[in-house]
Amino acid sequence: MTQAPEQEAPPVPEGHVRLTIDGQTVDAPKGELLIRTCERLGIVVPRFCDHPLLDPAGACRQCLVEVEMGGRPMPKPQASCTMTVADGMVVKTQHTSPVADKAQQGVMELLLINHPLDCPICDKGGECPLQNQAMSSGRAESRFVEEKRHFAKPLPISDEVLLDRERCVLCQRCTRFSEQIAGDPFIELLERGAHQQIGTEETAWGEGEEFQSYFSGNTIQICPVGALTSASYRFRSRPFDLVSTPGQCEHCASGCSTRRDWRRGGVTRVLAGEDPNVNEEWLCDKGRFAFRYPTSPQRVLAPMVRGDDGELVAVSWIEALERAAELLLAARDGSGPGRVLVGDDGVEAEGDPKKGVGVLPGGRLTVEDAYAYGKFARLALRSNDVDHRARVHSDEELDFLAGHVAGVAPGHVSYAHLEAARTVLCVAFDPEEESPIVFLRLRKASRHGTRVVHVGSWTTPAVAKTGGHLVRVAPGDEPAALDDLPDDVATALGEPGAVVLVGERAAEVPGLLTAVAGLGSRTGARVAWVPRRAGERGGVDAGALPTLLPGARLLTDADAREAVAAVWGVPTLPESPGRDVTAMLRAAADGVLAGLVVGGLEPADLPDPALARAALAEADVVVSLEQVFSEVTGYADVVLPVAPAVNRGGTYRNWEGRDRTFATTIDPGQGSSGRVGGTAAITLPDCRVLDSLAVEMDVDLFTQTPAAAAAELAELGTVAVTPSTPRTRPDSEPAGRAPGTVRLATWRQLLDGGALLAQEPDLPGTARPARLRVAAATAERLGLVAGEPARLHAAEQPGRHAEPDPTLAGLDLVVELADLPEDVVWAPSHVPGASGVTTLAALGLHHGGPVRVTGSAAPESGDQQ
Amino acid sequence: MGMFDGIAGFGVTFSTMFKKVVTEEYPLVKKVTAPRYHGRHQLNRHPDGLEKCVGCELCAWACPADAIYVEGGDNTPEARYSPGERYGAIYQINYLRCIGCGLCIEACPTRSLTMTNEYELADDDRQDLIYTKEMLLAPLLPGMEQPPHPMRLGDDEQDYYVQGPEMARQGREQAGEHDLDTDNRAGANVEPGAALVGKGPLAKRGSPEASGATGEGRS
Ligand code: SF4
Ligand code: SF4
Ligand code: FES
Repeated sequence: MTQAPEQEAPPVPEGHVRLTIDGQTVDAPKGELLIRTCERLGIVVPRFCDHPLLDPAGACRQCLVEVEMGGRPMPKPQASCTMTVADGMVVKTQHTSPVADKAQQGVMELLLINHPLDCPICDKGGECPLQNQAMSSGRAESRFVEEKRHFAKPLPISDEVLLDRERCVLCQRCTRFSEQIAGDPFIELLERGAHQQIGTEETAWGEGEEFQSYFSGNTIQICPVGALTSASYRFRSRPFDLVSTPGQCEHCASGCSTRRDWRRGGVTRVLAGEDPNVNEEWLCDKGRFAFRYPTSPQRVLAPMVRGDDGELVAVSWIEALERAAELLLAARDGSGPGRVLVGDDGVEAEGDPKKGVGVLPGGRLTVEDAYAYGKFARLALRSNDVDHRARVHSDEELDFLAGHVAGVAPGHVSYAHLEAARTVLCVAFDPEEESPIVFLRLRKASRHGTRVVHVGSWTTPAVAKTGGHLVRVAPGDEPAALDDLPDDVATALGEPGAVVLVGERAAEVPGLLTAVAGLGSRTGARVAWVPRRAGERGGVDAGALPTLLPGARLLTDADAREAVAAVWGVPTLPESPGRDVTAMLRAAADGVLAGLVVGGLEPADLPDPALARAALAEADVVVSLEQVFSEVTGYADVVLPVAPAVNRGGTYRNWEGRDRTFATTIDPGQGSSGRVGGTAAITLPDCRVLDSLAVEMDVDLFTQTPAAAAAELAELGTVAVTPSTPRTRPDSEPAGRAPGTVRLATWRQLLDGGALLAQEPDLPGTARPARLRVAAATAERLGLVAGEPARLHAAEQPGRHAEPDPTLAGLDLVVELADLPEDVVWAPSHVPGASGVTTLAALGLHHGGPVRVTGSAAPESGDQQ
Repeated sequence: MGMFDGIAGFGVTFSTMFKKVVTEEYPLVKKVTAPRYHGRHQLNRHPDGLEKCVGCELCAWACPADAIYVEGGDNTPEARYSPGERYGAIYQINYLRCIGCGLCIEACPTRSLTMTNEYELADDDRQDLIYTKEMLLAPLLPGMEQPPHPMRLGDDEQDYYVQGPEMARQGREQAGEHDLDTDNRAGANVEPGAALVGKGPLAKRGSPEASGATGEGRS
């Protein structure tokens, strides 16, 4: 491109400066780093420490360039990653300046002095910036003949991350990540001079604070050399063996983009995908490391039918579908055996036949699958008994979901809104435990001035790391607290852009969701619901709820029913509102409901696990669509295997309402590369299996593929929602407690033995230990000692929902002091242990409910830890 | 028509009778290959029996025919297969694909992979032509120990590379072998196990130690 010299250069735009890089004139926004301007011009400057999401450090000096300011060259080459652009600057990179080139070669030589020559055994080999840049900006020969520095290696930083200090180039990306992004200073620069090294408290002094971070895996991905490697990927393969397929994380509603690298039918690692709108370049450790569950020996690899001997036997798809259809039809129409009634006199009589089938799809579904479950319930089973909420739930929540969540577009509240907001209020939501990438965004926002206020019972790590603003309330008192927020918070919520985030566990506190909706309409703050599981939001929008049809249509609205019926090609839809999860389970346990169709759901996740088990045992027909043999398949008459996320495509809808569409990662049908190794043989998604099952029942769902289901859902569209407060505001229960009890606050931790963590041995080691938290004064009164175990028992009065499981004596947890309100204890809802997961719900304990705590538990009486 | 016309046609036949026979009596008599013939691969061992392969996959990377499959593994204090951190947990060469080019030998950073003179690589079953690590590993010579076992030659892998060649030479001298080939290019074996197979006269193949290395002994 030649420019006529006499032509007047266009004026420099507002807020920009004009400089010259390698002879090219460029306008750059003020404050831009030189290295970014070079990037925009397509000029590659080698670098190690520079990372666009971390603050500049200038630690590695690899990015040296020659700079001339105001006609005077700067005396030494400058680091382009820390220097900002200035007007009239003349920059020469290694491409045009022998000085810069020589400087870069010198730095490279210095970095390689102590770098071992172990590329052949290093996991980074083949994708290593140091390898690449040693080729592009280094000398071919080393002049260093002395002995290199040696360190013991590898050093476990955590169960998942290994450190090789010999390979480190001290760029401090990892330390800056842990300090700036995650906020867990787990890894630090230690020592000085030639001994300078990366380490943890433990590596420095042989002991130290227990390392804990839910984000440690990101350091592996950003380390520009092989100094930080993954324990699970260690030596498993080389980048050139791997097929990299973009994917979507199936673990939570944050909705991260991932990159799945796979080989021989199995995923070898998961990396963060780049999506500036959602996860930026980060991933939590659950999403990064929990990918091996599809290789579980527990996978269901063929359709199974329970034989006369009570054992499940593998059969053909046709046989299994026919059997399931036959059983479900009989159950739906009540033509099965009648219910046995035992009269007062002990005489058995046949009562009304059980009738109807309930559908429990579980919360891990894609939008398409959720849609298929809802349609299956309404057309094939002719009822609205479908509810995907495998967790605490309430009628109030249904109203809230209909009025504030269903059909709301991502433009309402998105990650960008969180970052831009001046104030964010988190209610019944611990972002780090329940939606880790939301946490990272809130932390980023709080570092840039957003005030993140948490309504909760203690200063959790998430509260501390997002600015420490806590409105402390006792569990159950949250609605009152929202009505009576501190003045400054209430005022701040009235400012434009303010956001209220409410977690799924708000359903557990009567009146809380109403209070949140009220707060939203009172202050004008935008309200967003952030559930935990990846399928929760999709289930709401796709109509897998007893009162909602697809596209945010209310079941009670006759026009809406008509519109859906028209698209579905049926005259009418069932009108009467369906039962929710608990009502379905109770009906089945009471012998009213004849059958259950169950998706990926564990009884332990439900508010009353004992009721769920009773229902599954009592129902005449249980059809289970599962990936693995589980508690539910133990009760099932027919088990239909479905594909895990890697072997299928679909769409998850994240908390924002953003569609996260993904294609099949590994298709075992496509050539040998997918078939060898691994156990993946099932590629049918739930929607396809339900479609085939419906055909056997003489109903067409037209959900053979996720694409077909998505197309139909798109055709249905979404109706406009008028935000409405839930119709009824249930009263909070009186806080009357039996003497000797305290109130329990509880929620789930990120890594607590969920089903998708199977087969990953190292991940539990990075989980936060389960602790009982209590204020010092309360501990003293109850006779609890910090660091000593204490035992949680069911209170004398049974909990709101459930009878305690009589086989569980209690749960022993180590006591830790925290800033809880008086007479309140906190414990995680799920406690993984050697013999499986113990849930507080199984003990009959619930958030806001009473609990008895006794100190120094006798160790011999039943080990529940 | 002359009187010798009847036998003139045998001229070629008779003259050939006095020339050197070109017929190969294979398989009754096996052909002696050139010393650097690119035959079946061998995974060599350190003098104490630990494997030289570090599972780096560079051979697989170099292979133009995509014949090699490798998966690395982690040596643990309880189960050590090679000095250092990493070993080749899975190692397979598919002789249906291998074109015998020897690029893998060039790529190997530890001289674990070399080639023998064994050329009998035919079978009637495709699966049998995928040679696994057990089939490719050099036989255990006297003084070697079947891994896994701890490092016997030193405290870390450095010692193996510093002392290893000297120990291997001593081992060879004891065994009466001579290192004919000091220019270690592809196919030239300095490894003790390889020396027996690669350069000895054919009669040596009958010796019990060598049979394992030829692939005949695989079971
Ligand atoms: S461990 Fe990696 S990321 Fe951390 S300072 Fe060293 S080279 Fe940089
Ligand atoms: S000899 Fe050539 S074709 Fe055969 S395995 Fe080695 S690199 Fe591949
Ligand atoms: S990239 Fe500039 S100093 Fe490291």
